Amino acid sequence: MQQQTPLISIQNLSKHFGEGETRVDALREVSLDIFPEQVIGLLGPSGSGKSTLLNIIGCILEPSSGILQLEGETVYDGRWLRSDLRRLRLEKIGFIFQAHNLMPFLTALENIAVVLHLAGYNTAAANKRAQELLDYLEVGNRANSYPSSLSGGEAQRIAIARALANKPKIVLADEPTAALDSERAGIVMDLLRKVAIDQQAAIVVVTHDEKIYDRLDHIFQLRDGKLHDQS
Amino acid sequence: MNLAYRDVRHNLGRFIITCIGLSLLLGVVLAMIGIYRGMIADALELVDTMDAQIWVVEKGTRGPFAEASRIPLDTREAIARIHGVTRTGAVTFQSIQTQTGSAKLRLYVIGYEPGELGGPRRIISGHGLTGRNFEAVVDRRTRLDPGDHIQLGRNNFTIVGTTDNAVSSGGEPAIYLSLDDAQRLQFDLSPSAIRKERARGITTSASTNTVSAVIAQISPNASDKHIVSMIQRWKHLSAMTRHQQGLILTQSVIEKARKQIGMFTGILILVSAVIIALIIHTMTMDKIKEIATLKLIGAPDRVIINLIVQQSLAMGLIGFALGGVLISNIKDIFPKRLILQPLDGLSLAGIVVIICLLASLYGVFTALRVDPAKALAG
Repeated sequence: MQQQTPLISIQNLSKHFGEGETRVDALREVSLDIFPEQVIGLLGPSGSGKSTLLNIIGCILEPSSGILQLEGETVYDGRWLRSDLRRLRLEKIGFIFQAHNLMPFLTALENIAVVLHLAGYNTAAANKRAQELLDYLEVGNRANSYPSSLSGGEAQRIAIARALANKPKIVLADEPTAALDSERAGIVMDLLRKVAIDQQAAIVVVTHDEKIYDRLDHIFQLRDGKLHDQS
Repeated sequence: MNLAYRDVRHNLGRFIITCIGLSLLLGVVLAMIGIYRGMIADALELVDTMDAQIWVVEKGTRGPFAEASRIPLDTREAIARIHGVTRTGAVTFQSIQTQTGSAKLRLYVIGYEPGELGGPRRIISGHGLTGRNFEAVVDRRTRLDPGDHIQLGRNNFTIVGTTDNAVSSGGEPAIYLSLDDAQRLQFDLSPSAIRKERARGITTSASTNTVSAVIAQISPNASDKHIVSMIQRWKHLSAMTRHQQGLILTQSVIEKARKQIGMFTGILILVSAVIIALIIHTMTMDKIKEIATLKLIGAPDRVIINLIVQQSLAMGLIGFALGGVLISNIKDIFPKRLILQPLDGLSLAGIVVIICLLASLYGVFTALRVDPAKALAG
């Protein structure tokens, strides 16, 4: 598996905020390769740089230096090489949030279909694919429910379905099990594992949740902006 | 996928309440415009109803509406003899307050010679003045009917007919009397005053054989300006065309009230703009997390702009429509006449659209500055 092209490749990536006496080095010379079917965990105390790294991989935050490659395409090399970063996120990356972040005014089906519409699907095709994803994640019966009427586990499954809607090869999950009990957290991690295998995707999970550590392929600890392999 | 529609659908109750609030505000703006139009229409109504092309008044005055005017009654014969004049009438005007039951009633008394120019344009119930004393025709807004009686001065008048579209520039409904009755009402002294005058050695009171104005219609091929300039040469008279009389009424008699209403309408439009901007901004702030999520998952700016602008326009136009329906249905209970003209409605709709677009800018500006990383912030 390691002979494959990494889906996420980070080389000597640094990020600092401020200058002079107020300079804070959030990431220092971080390098990391993540391959298809891998589910890796990013751990670290608050302020260690986990969110900074996740934001950089998600093309939300510009690094200070280093190289970022996604699916073999260099997207950052001292500067962003793509001007349409939102399009890049839409095409290549799926996001899963701690608080699911479903649109409260859209039904479960519409929450997934909205991503497909953005990607250019017509209504019928978008709805078909959204229903398939809901069925795949075993929440097909909640297609017409609004997020306010879903349980935490159901809402997180629908958030996962939304993240997978556009068949991304990279899934970034920010504390996806923080709001769930052990059983539901396990189910969510199993789903992410299934997605990694079925879609040949790389999944990065930022977590503090010890109960899911045994479901991760690698665990990386961020301390003072440096990455340590804890596997 | 129309996100604006889905957001509205999900928060329908809140959206409707906001629209109702906005409709009341825009309804008031529409009412103010209607009152403004009504004021102008009221001011011109008598001039239109009298249907005269020439108004002859006392020299040096801009009567009979803007200033008091008194000219001899026989002026009418002199005017009638001018070439091109086809019909004339002598009229008097005065405001009077009387009582009907327990209610006070302000009336605009118009005296004219039955059969001559100056009477009501049409009778909607009963009949016109027959020439007998103490008969009156009233505007329907007095709520008097044929057969009713009304006390004016020292005499009791019988309502013989009703008319419409006859109000003074101040909105007082008109009452038509015969010229004789109107002159007596205007000039006759009370018995005690007569006794006092006699005691002072004055045996005749001021001449009652005067009128406020003489009005004239002219033949289609005659020039009103030419006839006016001819009358102007007579030393004791002033004359003006119907257009000039209209200008005096709208630019002089109701000028301040007109400006006041206009300014108030402008302030209300400004207040509406600020309120709409605040509502849109609040609605945008309520959706900051969703907007950040949309940006994070790859939604282009136009999707976010559409979400805000479409909701803003929907709110403004629905509010405007509800306000329009509301005011159309209650306009008749306003004490002053309220005229809703389609062009005014369209203009206000256009202003509402512009306000909504401008108000959205604030929300759009806020939304576009939202950092997509906010979605990950938990």
